[in-house]
Amino acid sequence: MNDAHALVLAGTSCLLLPTGALFVPGADLLCVSDLHLGKSERRARRTGVLLPPYETRGTLDRLARDVAQTKPRTVVALGDSFDDLAAEGSLDLVDRAALSALMEGRAWVWIEGNHEGAATSQPGTHAQEARLANLLFRHEAAPDAPPGEVSGHWHPKFAPPGFAPRPCFVTDGKRLVLPAYGLYTGGLDARHPPLRALFGTPALAVLTGPRALPVPLDRPAARRRA
Amino acid sequence: METVLDPFLSRRGWTLHEHQRELLARKDDPALLLVAPTGAGKTLSGFLPTLQELADSPRQGLHTLYVSPLKALAADIKRNLLLPIEELALPVRVEDRTGDTSQAARKRQRADPPHILLTTPESLALMLSYDDAPRIFAGLERIVIDEIHALAESKRGDQLMLLLTRLQALAPALRRVGLSATVDDPPALARFLAGSPCPILHAPPGEPPRLSMLPTAPPPWAGGAALFAIPQVLAEVRKHRTTLIFHNTRAMAEVFFHHLWLLNDDALPIAIHHGSLSREARAKVESAMLRGDLRAIVCTGTLDLGIDWGDVDLVIQMGGPKWVKRLVQRIGRSNHRPGVPSEAILAPANRWEVLECLCAIDAAVAGDLDGAPRPPGPLDVLCQHILIRACAGPFEASDLYAEVTTAGPYADLTRADFDACLDFCATGGYALRAYDRWRRLQLVDGLWRLRDPRAARRLRMNLGTIEDQGTLKVALKGSRAPLGEIEEYFASTLSPGDTFLLGGQVVRFESLRELTVEVTRRRDKKPRVASFGGGKFPASVGLTRRILALLANPEDWHRLPPHTADWLAFQARLSRIPRGDRLLIETFPAEGRWHAALYGFAGWNAHQTLGLLLTHRMEAQGLDPLGFVAADHALLIWGLKELTDPAPLLAPDNLRDGFETWLQGNALMKRTFRGVATVAGLIERNHPGMRATGRQATFSSDILYDTLSRYDPDHLILRETRAQATRGLVDFGRIEEMLSRIQGRLDHVRAPRVTPFAAPLMLERGRVPVQGQARERLLEDEARRLLEEAGL
Repeated sequence: MNDAHALVLAGTSCLLLPTGALFVPGADLLCVSDLHLGKSERRARRTGVLLPPYETRGTLDRLARDVAQTKPRTVVALGDSFDDLAAEGSLDLVDRAALSALMEGRAWVWIEGNHEGAATSQPGTHAQEARLANLLFRHEAAPDAPPGEVSGHWHPKFAPPGFAPRPCFVTDGKRLVLPAYGLYTGGLDARHPPLRALFGTPALAVLTGPRALPVPLDRPAARRRA
Repeated sequence: METVLDPFLSRRGWTLHEHQRELLARKDDPALLLVAPTGAGKTLSGFLPTLQELADSPRQGLHTLYVSPLKALAADIKRNLLLPIEELALPVRVEDRTGDTSQAARKRQRADPPHILLTTPESLALMLSYDDAPRIFAGLERIVIDEIHALAESKRGDQLMLLLTRLQALAPALRRVGLSATVDDPPALARFLAGSPCPILHAPPGEPPRLSMLPTAPPPWAGGAALFAIPQVLAEVRKHRTTLIFHNTRAMAEVFFHHLWLLNDDALPIAIHHGSLSREARAKVESAMLRGDLRAIVCTGTLDLGIDWGDVDLVIQMGGPKWVKRLVQRIGRSNHRPGVPSEAILAPANRWEVLECLCAIDAAVAGDLDGAPRPPGPLDVLCQHILIRACAGPFEASDLYAEVTTAGPYADLTRADFDACLDFCATGGYALRAYDRWRRLQLVDGLWRLRDPRAARRLRMNLGTIEDQGTLKVALKGSRAPLGEIEEYFASTLSPGDTFLLGGQVVRFESLRELTVEVTRRRDKKPRVASFGGGKFPASVGLTRRILALLANPEDWHRLPPHTADWLAFQARLSRIPRGDRLLIETFPAEGRWHAALYGFAGWNAHQTLGLLLTHRMEAQGLDPLGFVAADHALLIWGLKELTDPAPLLAPDNLRDGFETWLQGNALMKRTFRGVATVAGLIERNHPGMRATGRQATFSSDILYDTLSRYDPDHLILRETRAQATRGLVDFGRIEEMLSRIQGRLDHVRAPRVTPFAAPLMLERGRVPVQGQARERLLEDEARRLLEEAGL
């Protein structure tokens, strides 16, 4: 996992994978956030604009590769795993089978997000939050949380000036916000004030892409030609 | 020969032209093409037989359809036609039927059709989609297609020819007349009209036009808006009664108009007219023009065609005209009267366009019109035609196949392709067969019909083949009245507070509400964003050939202004002059990067594609490209390493391979796909009770494209996308043309610094970054630098 970024989060060693997943080697724990499975289906129901539902398969394929590489004992899905409850019900057979295969033989924790509203009907453990590997996993960061909180929800994106923004992790060593793992999810500038306010200084964005790339969040550098 | 119009004409001291008499004499020919210069009374020629027949034997019902590419043209013709009809009290009723016609008037027209109906291809498609079409069109005698050369340049022409086969089936006695001004290949146009060769009448050519180049200070190296020429343009406007100032794109027209007013010290009444302005704004300009209140109009292609624009006595073409045909058309807008020569001035916007303008003038004077052979009728248009046919009632496949193959563009259509289109209309194609929405036809008792008759309404809402650029309305905040439109892509790049130009005013982007861009007016002199959207037009093969010939003959360079001739001599001394039968490649370091300039002379679209193909191959070979920019005559690539051996990159097989495989993922392919899928009915522009923003539509069309590419690569719509992209946006055809010209002969010049010809390329707009290892490495370097700087 040479492409990952090593981070010590409130005393726990973590690897931030270039796909946007978090791996905690000491606990064999893989964590992903905001999968938004079934997004196209929900869109079709709500707006009448029809997208073929293949993005779900793309997201699951990516997750399967991370699972194959890290072989976790536990997987934590940090909420907004399904675009909404009806989307969960409408996953097609192939996608359901792919998801079941991933869950086979490991503990799976579904953290509840704001899109699902109530617990999903998937097998595995369901919780508002989970305390694992000395970390606290929840969907949306709480401003007053003690160090060691891992969350999602914001879909942060960032890049140095002159480069196209990419989904990124944001951390200050005490708290970690994960990028959205699902395909076709939008993004929010990581310096957006309500998000930025969650972190102390210095804060770091770790960009997803071919390799996980740490960039300081604050100092805006002079624009250079690229 | 006496005609019904004789009293009308003699009262004015007019007589019929020879070609007008000839056309009347041959009124019973099943098909006829009239080629006549502007001002030769083409339109009257087209209607003369109709008026004669109706005067000789008055009758009820629809007698003649007149189809033109522009709604405005229909209104204009109606005015001109009513003059003799009312004066002579002929028993003839004339009405128009366009997208602007009210529901009530449409209903009445269907119940009680006029003798002459003036319409557009889209409105005709709509009329033919109703089950009462056989009753309305049964007695139709004649169809007059105006400006047929313009229609033939796009899918609208293909659609119209298909609709004609339907009309011919409903009214077997139907005779067709095509009217055309400038046309490079009359026999081809005649086949397009008639499905087989048909007689062509030529009116005598008009006076040769007076053409010149605007004498100005040396134009800048790059840029397209020719702002430096504004004082000279204003001087010409002052000298003439009315001037049309043509631009190639709306964006350039806007920028020019804005700056023109900043310098218009005498406050000459000058207006702007282009397709992005609201209908109200355009109508205001048009009526001011007709009243003679305007001294000049800054305009685009919307004024190319034959509306009778009063008293225009000068045309100024800003920037290179790109197509000789279009230039000739525009020239014809001035002194729109027989016997008076047209006058036009060309204003090159940059150094390169000086060559282009000189060559375009030569070609226009020589009557050497550029044209490309018309490709066979596109299948997306056929799909739409099949759906239109199904809306009107059940049909048998073999009958429809026999019918559509009588259309010129579809004469060579195979049964297999027809069946593939029919299958697409019936099921949506293999990958989409599970979706109910795309299963629209079913076969019952040997007849194809709509599965759900209610689908007809949706289909009718999406008729037409005019490419939808995906535009959003612009309105002042708190007002519903639209100011105009901007391209959705451009809108997506705007942030609140950004200022841009529309209708010559600087406006500030406030918010996007549903489908409307809300703006406020600003007093700023300079907009932040100078332009909205749009690629660039490639110059035609014919014009490019003339430019190459000029370059190849240094003894002709004295015909160029000294500044440009000197520039050519400078290039010849420091590097080489590009030639048509070889490919010149210059490599040099500049601004901390290695650059490679390729003088392909293949047109902007093809260079853009070539840029994508080459940088992709360079990336694969570790040559670290960072980006490229295309111009009409050349391509500039830059990166971290020097391109030392260009030959293998340009091997034809490698390029073709790249085109076939990875170009699939390219944005231009996706844009072409969107157009094809929309015309074929795979994507709906409009649906009842549902509002999708353009951005959503783009989103879903991109995803559909990716899905079909992965799961059903032979899908009809993908096949058609590849075929159309090869000719259109991707223009691989022009790359092939270049490869066959150069036959592998490369001249590689390694220069110590930027060369005279390459310098303007460095300033060219529209730089495309390459997202590859080199950029990734730059990003990593930048990230490391920032981390160090932050002490992390």
